Amino acid sequence: MMSTAGGKLRELESKVGLGALAVTLFGGLATVALGSVSLDAIAQVATLRAPSEFSNIGDERVRSQALFTEAGKVLLDPRCLNCHPKDRQPTQGNDMHPHMPPMHAATSGRGERGLACESCHQKTNTATNAKAIASVPGGGNPHWALPPASMSWQGKTLSEICEQLKDRKRNGNHDLEGIHHHVATDPLVAWAWNPGPGRRPALGSQKEFADLIGAWVQTGGHCPVPTKN
Amino acid sequence: MPVLKINGRNVPVDAPEDMPLLWALRDVVGMTGTKFGCGIAMCGACTVLIDGNPARSCVTPLAAIAGKGITTIEGAAKTPEGAALQKAWLAGEVPQCGYCQSGQIMSACALLKANPKPSDSDIDKVMSGNVCRCGTYGRIREGIKVAARNLAGSK
Repeated sequence: MMSTAGGKLRELESKVGLGALAVTLFGGLATVALGSVSLDAIAQVATLRAPSEFSNIGDERVRSQALFTEAGKVLLDPRCLNCHPKDRQPTQGNDMHPHMPPMHAATSGRGERGLACESCHQKTNTATNAKAIASVPGGGNPHWALPPASMSWQGKTLSEICEQLKDRKRNGNHDLEGIHHHVATDPLVAWAWNPGPGRRPALGSQKEFADLIGAWVQTGGHCPVPTKN
Repeated sequence: MPVLKINGRNVPVDAPEDMPLLWALRDVVGMTGTKFGCGIAMCGACTVLIDGNPARSCVTPLAAIAGKGITTIEGAAKTPEGAALQKAWLAGEVPQCGYCQSGQIMSACALLKANPKPSDSDIDKVMSGNVCRCGTYGRIREGIKVAARNLAGSK
């Protein structure tokens, strides 16, 4: 079955994360309380593999695909997917539920005239006095906004997201080096690892993620092969 | 000590810079027209205007609004949109319990300033950020449309 953006997350939680937890936290003990395992716990033990760990793959195309698949652990994280929604309304939380209050990106990407994203989202994360939502995200400069509709990721496979990232008609007319520069330096991308109290960050760090994308670019920027249904 | 420009008046506020504006307005300055609802920017009851743009004052620290103009419900009538809305609100008996209405009017001010002739869809998209437990949404929408017509007629 083809993995989509949401499905990949669940796959990570149920397979990769549990394996890592079982070994790392419990030293191989046979029993793990499934109900107590959360994405937050997984994030504490899972990290990104460095590009050097792929050097044993001789075929450059295959190595490139493997590098992008590793970077996909970030691309498919809710910290990223929530602002790359299927339609023009953002989602929120690890379960990617509809954003409350209901928001519409409008043509600007920054909200409707009269209710911009900046009505709530400041330039930095803002702590609240509530336990359920401990902070409201803030995104530095440029201000909080959704990317263009052509950069929608939710519901897409990693292979589809890869092809979309490379398509200059859909990616803001960036070449591959431009994509690398974007993920390495953009403050809204950086937010994924500084999401504020009450939110777990994306795996690894922005530098580790950018290193993977950089290595992917250097190996030709090949996309993972689509899986069949 | 931060000095806030509230409804055109400079007001020294003896409060730390990380204090949310809502707390400063209500507890320090004593302006209680702006309401606390959820404290997490979800209900809209605390909406004010910052340089004419709507902002949830419960998650707006004082440090973020240094030097900016704040308009609260107490000053809404000084703006054409606010005056028209308050008149329409009274004529249409829009509020029920009234708790959310200061936030509703401030959001509607921002809407009409940015979009003087909003469609029903425009109104719904912007005002969906303001919750009313009494369910006066129909009257709120009608009040905005009446105010928009009156504003257009007065120009």
